[in-house]
Amino acid sequence: MAGIVTFAEQRDGKLRRASLEAVSEARRLADALGTTVGAVLIGSGVEGLADELAAHGADEVYVFDDAALSRYATEVWARAMAQVVGDAKPKAVLVPFTAMGKDLAPRLAAKVGAGLLSDVVGLAVKDGRLEARRPMYAGKAYATVRWEGDPQMATLRANVFALGARDAARKAEVVKGTVDTAARARATAIHATAEGKLELTEAQVIVSGGRGLKGPEHFHLVEELGGAFGAAVGASRAVVDAGWVDHQMQVGQTGKTVSPTLYVACGISGAIQHLAGMSTSKYIVAINKDADAPIFKVANYGIVGDVFEILPKLTAQAKAYFAAKG
Amino acid sequence: MKIIVCVKQVPDTEARIRIAPEGNAIVESDVNWIVSPYDEFAVEEALRIREAKGGEVVLVGLGPERGQAALRSGLAMGADSAVHLKDPLFDAADTAGIARALATAIRALAPFDLVFTGQQGVGGDNSQIPGLLAEMLDLPQVTMAVKVELEEGKALVNREVEGAHEVWETSLPAVVSAQKGLNEPRYASLKGIMAAKKKPIDVKDAAALGLQAADLAPRTKVVALELPPPRPPIRMIEGDADTQVKELLRLLHEEAKVI
Ligand SMILES: Cc1cc2nc3c(=O)[nH]c(=O)nc-3n(C[C@H](O)[C@H](O)[C@H](O)COP(=O)(O)OP(=O)(O)OC[C@H]3O[C@@H](n4cnc5c(N)ncnc54)[C@H](O)[C@@H]3O)c2cc1C
Ligand SMILES: Nc1ncnc2c1ncn2[C@@H]1O[C@H](COP(=O)(O)O)[C@@H](O)[C@H]1O
Repeated sequence: MAGIVTFAEQRDGKLRRASLEAVSEARRLADALGTTVGAVLIGSGVEGLADELAAHGADEVYVFDDAALSRYATEVWARAMAQVVGDAKPKAVLVPFTAMGKDLAPRLAAKVGAGLLSDVVGLAVKDGRLEARRPMYAGKAYATVRWEGDPQMATLRANVFALGARDAARKAEVVKGTVDTAARARATAIHATAEGKLELTEAQVIVSGGRGLKGPEHFHLVEELGGAFGAAVGASRAVVDAGWVDHQMQVGQTGKTVSPTLYVACGISGAIQHLAGMSTSKYIVAINKDADAPIFKVANYGIVGDVFEILPKLTAQAKAYFAAKG
Repeated sequence: MKIIVCVKQVPDTEARIRIAPEGNAIVESDVNWIVSPYDEFAVEEALRIREAKGGEVVLVGLGPERGQAALRSGLAMGADSAVHLKDPLFDAADTAGIARALATAIRALAPFDLVFTGQQGVGGDNSQIPGLLAEMLDLPQVTMAVKVELEEGKALVNREVEGAHEVWETSLPAVVSAQKGLNEPRYASLKGIMAAKKKPIDVKDAAALGLQAADLAPRTKVVALELPPPRPPIRMIEGDADTQVKELLRLLHEEAKVI
């Protein structure tokens, strides 16, 4: 009976990195609390993923494996999770703050009567209870929050919680479950939109471009720099609204919240709504011709310069650097 | 068609945030209050459906006295009426309590076909109310909608997730949360603003909803609110472009150790 239950999100038989981050964090907290970690895996033909969850720290993997579970459906997933939570009576439930986690967690919280905190970026154990840290007001403030009663439930921002060391020798007990697969709302079609593209919210390095690129015909400079760094490519809202790039690429309050190790902002002014989506990045590089641009207030490294001059040079030198590094 | 839209009043996204002396809330007097931007997409979508199919659009908002301004804004856009949930008991409520109060008020408006919310109330940035409401009302949910098409007794909803575009089919009534891309919200006309002044706002307190303090007891409590930790001072990289680029790569490798 796991003391901390995590939701292990998978799509098309692949575990999301954020799921492994949640298991890793659950492991750290469980060790501090002297309890165990359970991971819930729901899908079709997914049982084999249990080993990966075990390797990251799960003691128990609750598997719901059924051909009727090939596509995520909120009501079914919430029902399965609620069964596990009802049986295990955990102290805490951790869910990745992804599109799926955002959709699932509130429904589950209402089902099991849990207090839920969203988009948590830090967890600590205090007097045998959890304490969470989360940004509010677009990152202009941070709240420290505690729960009354159990389960203490949280969704975790991707890329913030460190992956634990992988130990392939670790084994988990697999507990199989079945769930009623009826749902009133379900996906009838899914079209991949980012075939071969790195997902922004999972990327370790992001290169973003803004209006400083002057026009869509120049955005390839950002994409090439992204290519050199093996990065995902993002954009400010100004260039998304202008139709230069797909809105899936927008970073910020009305776009995606990202937290990469390295964020390179090219020709982006650093409006508060843009910062809201990227200010928890570990290292921020700003390239802007205006030395007074607000982006320099949050950046670690700044280059006052022209993107048309800097980006091609940086792309070329980065390529040479990574080639030499091998 | 009867469509319910949840409208939340939030601080303007440009607002400068100061922490109140109690240390767990912001100084509200500094703040300019607006309708949460995603809720404008929700109101707009409801109005378009009403314009196409007939029916009525009812707004529901929970908040203190000032929150009425958000409801008036939605009425000025064209909604027909509003319910304002207002009680000191709601002040300490967390998302579960807010959802319980909204669900209770919405249930009293039955029968209805759709409940729209924003995908996130900016400021709190919880993205919780749609799912909480759907479960409490025992309705299906489709979150982060970028397109809604109605058919007989059901809706087709497009949503965008990481790397994929999905089409969901849901029976009605359902809870749908609005994402950017759903539509372009209209501006209220002067005529709309004048008309809104005469539209009914039904104010309800906890007792009128049949809710007691115990029903609203928060399960989460903010113990401290702080300004973000300052970022380390920036290092500006000087020199000509070649030197700047070379130095940047060196710093990323040797100092930051990220490449
Ligand atoms: C409710 C709301 C939500 C919003 N949500 C978002 C959001 O999610 N994401 C977001 O990004 N924005 C969002 N915005 C918009 C935001 O306020 C800004 O308008 C936007 O971020 C500006 O984009 P930008 O930095 O590309 O353009 P600008 O502000 O125009 O900045 C362009 C920058 O490029 C620099 N520049 C110009 N030429 C060059 C050159 N040759 N070389 C180098 N630098 C150059 C300029 O100095 C300037 O700093 C939102 C706004 C509102 C009101
Ligand atoms: N106090 C409130 N009154 C009315 N609607 C609300 C309230 N809080 C949240 N909502 C609705 O729920 C959506 C998501 O909010 P949240 O879960 O707080 O991020 C908002 O966009 C609103 O539509």
